[in-house]
Amino acid sequence: MIWKTASALRKKGILGMNARNVAYIARYNERRYFPLVDDKLKTKEAARRHNIVVPELYGVIRYTGELRDLGQLLNPLSGFAVKPLRGSGGKGIVVISGREGDDFVKPSGKVVTLQDIRHDIANILSGVYSLGGRPDTAIIEYLVRGLPRLLHFSYEGLPDIRVIVYRGFPIMAMMRCPTHLSDGKANLHQGAVGVGLDIRNGRALQAVQRDYLVEHHPDTGVSFSDLAIPDWNDLLLLAAKCYDMTNLGYIGCDFVIDESRGPMILELNARPGLAVQIANGIGLRHRLELVDRLEHHDMHPEERVQYILESLGHPDDQTTPDSAPENG
Amino acid sequence: MSPKGQVYLFAILFTLIGLGLTVYKVAVLHFPLLPDEERKVWSIEAQIAFDAQDGPVTVNLALPQPQTEYSILDEYFASAGYGFVVEGELQRRAVWTRRNAIGAQTLYYRLKIAEGPATGAQSAPPSLAPKVGSPNWGPGVREVASGLVRTARELSSDDVSFTRQLLKLMNGPSISQDAELLYQISSGASPAQLALDLLAEADIPARMIRGIYLENRLYNQRPVELIEIHDGEQWHPFDPKTATPGIPENFFMWQRGGQSLLDVVGGENSKIRFSVLGNDISAKAVALQEARSDAVALVDFNIYSLPIDNQNIFKSLLLVPIGALVVVIFRILVGLRTSGTFMPVLIALAFIQTTLVTGVAILLTLVAAGLWIRSYLSRLDLLMVARLAAVLITVVILMAGFSIFSYKLGIDQVLSITFFPMIIIAWTIERMSIIWEEDGPREVMIQGGGSLIVAIIAYGLMTNDLIEHLTYNFPEILLVELGLILVLGQYTGYRLSELKRFRFLVDK
Repeated sequence: MIWKTASALRKKGILGMNARNVAYIARYNERRYFPLVDDKLKTKEAARRHNIVVPELYGVIRYTGELRDLGQLLNPLSGFAVKPLRGSGGKGIVVISGREGDDFVKPSGKVVTLQDIRHDIANILSGVYSLGGRPDTAIIEYLVRGLPRLLHFSYEGLPDIRVIVYRGFPIMAMMRCPTHLSDGKANLHQGAVGVGLDIRNGRALQAVQRDYLVEHHPDTGVSFSDLAIPDWNDLLLLAAKCYDMTNLGYIGCDFVIDESRGPMILELNARPGLAVQIANGIGLRHRLELVDRLEHHDMHPEERVQYILESLGHPDDQTTPDSAPENG
Repeated sequence: MSPKGQVYLFAILFTLIGLGLTVYKVAVLHFPLLPDEERKVWSIEAQIAFDAQDGPVTVNLALPQPQTEYSILDEYFASAGYGFVVEGELQRRAVWTRRNAIGAQTLYYRLKIAEGPATGAQSAPPSLAPKVGSPNWGPGVREVASGLVRTARELSSDDVSFTRQLLKLMNGPSISQDAELLYQISSGASPAQLALDLLAEADIPARMIRGIYLENRLYNQRPVELIEIHDGEQWHPFDPKTATPGIPENFFMWQRGGQSLLDVVGGENSKIRFSVLGNDISAKAVALQEARSDAVALVDFNIYSLPIDNQNIFKSLLLVPIGALVVVIFRILVGLRTSGTFMPVLIALAFIQTTLVTGVAILLTLVAAGLWIRSYLSRLDLLMVARLAAVLITVVILMAGFSIFSYKLGIDQVLSITFFPMIIIAWTIERMSIIWEEDGPREVMIQGGGSLIVAIIAYGLMTNDLIEHLTYNFPEILLVELGLILVLGQYTGYRLSELKRFRFLVDK
């Protein structure tokens, strides 16, 4: 029974945790490049240099003394988000979506003063929201406004798009839609819906919640079969560029689609999980091998995206390399 | 050579060396591969320490006599710089001498005994009753002493019951005021010495038995004193502190009668301490090992050549890799999540001291109580180091509280709570509570349960007699474990848990 399942999984090209750690992360992700993705500020800075779209950084506040000039910094902004740099689980995030004279308006309609925001930032600096309570830094950045037609696929919070990039080639993608069950978090094992996206055109393949196929979003009722990500090729190109930026061979790039600016990178992950296989119903192995099979990997990001699109064939073509035998 | 090739090369090399040495020791040196339960061999080490006063030194130690319950296999006297002789026939005494010594001195006497009678043992303690000499009480003290004797006599019918009553008057909850007074006057006298004095006052022939308890991994034991009286026909031993008749179980009689255990001339602050280690080695193997130790380097560089204290520590140390192997297997092959990589091994080590059921109960209570208090602390928005220290102190308070409360209730087992590494417990509580906040109680259950399962399995293996015997007697098995772990580190197949996680992908 065990061997049968294992061999069926192998045949389907499912990547296991041990194989991911030994054969991909240990081999292609050099430790010295990790800080770039683990530190949000470094990621932003590197992204700017590589022309990769990220939510624009308006300001960084490291010390309480800097709060004096906060008014000057916030005055020209109509909307922004304040986040703790080392925060987790969305705690401590303050979202301002509009202005009312000198005051600020939250998405709930509540009006707060500059002094209120100062107080919130002081809390962030003292480490109230950081893991382990270390003193933290507050960042003020562009407020991402999700595309309305994608927001239908989510309950509280933005849905994000995870693309697995192997040696610079975007090989698999999924959208993670928060649900009531996941408490508004885009975390699949907490009950968010994972929608497998066709890497060739950004259309939904299937949707999975906690190991079960679902047709509609459990809270909003919108059917996933209509889901198609706009500007898909731009997004793939951004993902491919992340490799040149990070030098990490096996990463997960997390995107959001902004209403006015299109896809932007939210976060990079040097140890991306394997749930993307469940969402797609496809194993990663064949696609990893597709990239390894290339003789020359020294390609431009555009060429890499092109290679993936071409090797996987036309979306309407039913025979994809994924269904081919292992040594195909 | 590729990294993978190197790993396999080293793994094979280590395994071959480890297995080769093991096979050699079994086949050529006749080390027992299986623990021999027939004969338990006890290694006893008497450590004599004193401060020499810059002059000639004579140290005189009473040695165990041949006896029925135990046979002496081997003796060893470590005495660098000292002249050494053994004197006497019935009561042997070891005598170390040195012309000039200064500063702290340590002498060792090591003894190996096996349970069961020695071949051709002629034991029988000297049945002659010693002459009773009246002790030198002070004028007022004699009144008190004879008063005590009178009371005991009224409560008893013969010499044996008299002794019992006397000992009860001198100790325990019903201690009489007279006895307390006597203890105060003869300051420093042990219950046994005082009892002997009072028995002399009552004209009953009695003498002291000195010995030690044979309990595995017992270090720094003081000599234990018992007394025995002669009722005209035979000797009746008593524990002077509890008035229990008879020789306690696992008690090794070092000296019966005689003036003193240890005399040091030319030194002060002398003391003697005993360490005991139990081995499941057949006497034959011990003999072989002793005989060959001068010829075979492999045996000479063995753990047996270390002092007993260190041997005990190594006995536990050699079990840790077994626990580590269990963790590796469960994380890599099974895919069980644990909180903290090797935390389960430390918990398993604590279980060895507390026994399993008590240990699990204590651990669960401790962590649950800790989590509850930690959840309040997290609302106070403290900085990490302060919060962690607060959790640590909470753990200490909980441990002390549990100990005292349960001791009052009469559940002595809970006292072993101190074997739990409190720093580890505090860290576990901290991590668990962060997981609780971030991933919910379900994840806490998964990781906590995983840790507990791994700890229990590690405990099961680490307390297994065969494994304990093998790791201790064949330390080269460490190389085999290392080889195995190297190979496991290269495993890229599925974890058992992943078969379940991804099953849905192939079930369709």
